[in-house]
Amino acid sequence: MALQDKYKQLVDTATASGVANLQVREQDGVLYIDGEAPSGSVKDQLWDIYGKIDPNFLSGDVVMNINVASAVAGARAKVTTEKSNLNIRKGPGTDQPIVGKAAHNETVTLVSKANDQWWLIRTDAGEEGYSYAQYLTVVE
Amino acid sequence: MKKTLYRLLRVSMVVAMASIWLFSCKPKISGQDIEAKIQSNSALSHLAVTVKDGVVTLSGEAKDEADRANSEAAVKSIEGVKEVVNNTTIAPAPAPVEIAADDPLTKGIADALKDFPTVKATANDGVITVTGETTAANWKKIKMALDGLKSKKVDATALKIN
Repeated sequence: MALQDKYKQLVDTATASGVANLQVREQDGVLYIDGEAPSGSVKDQLWDIYGKIDPNFLSGDVVMNINVASAVAGARAKVTTEKSNLNIRKGPGTDQPIVGKAAHNETVTLVSKANDQWWLIRTDAGEEGYSYAQYLTVVE
Repeated sequence: MKKTLYRLLRVSMVVAMASIWLFSCKPKISGQDIEAKIQSNSALSHLAVTVKDGVVTLSGEAKDEADRANSEAAVKSIEGVKEVVNNTTIAPAPAPVEIAADDPLTKGIADALKDFPTVKATANDGVITVTGETTAANWKKIKMALDGLKSKKVDATALKIN
């Protein structure tokens, strides 16, 4: 229960901000926080709180897996890479060949999710393939 | 002689009536009082309670076996409770955390670190160990990606943050 106390503010905020299917489990000295945030900004807020309690995330006592609930088939997502183009690949994995590119800040359509990491997307130009979800921000 | 008998009868009747009156006036604890006492106890607030003739029935989900026993004892100690019927059930334990195997973790690590060549990570028995060096902002992005892989732990004690 000690970890639940340490990260109380994080868990309380997750509860208060409407994170769905929230699961908080402590096992072998690690607190696992899973759930679906209603928006990307709630997810960002939770990561900010986590970073305040554990500066630079170096304690290794939390594994936080928060997805964004609005990331569903048909949703529009913006390419939020640092500045480069986003690779569109034949399959879900960096070992897969690149079949296209989406420009930085371009908006694409989420077709489906292969998993939490890889989404099948389609550009407005009709290019379709898998891209790394971390560089895609659902347009709310 | 007859008079004395009547007087004795009268006195005994008064005594009998008085004792009935006294007995019935002995402070009685109502079911509502018992219920209020239970509801004011925060350790019992997660359980449902019904009270009838001093018999308290507890139902709902207890956190565990100890909580179940403690709740019953706490109710028993309340004045006026004659009996406790403990119909509580034990809440099912949360599903254990699912830890991914090292192979999918290794693949997930490769994808997550593709754009961060100065950082290395390996998976061993579900634990991701991160080494190398990077900026705090990049490490946050990496940690967010790694935490989505269902690892047992992300150990970055050997990582140097610039």
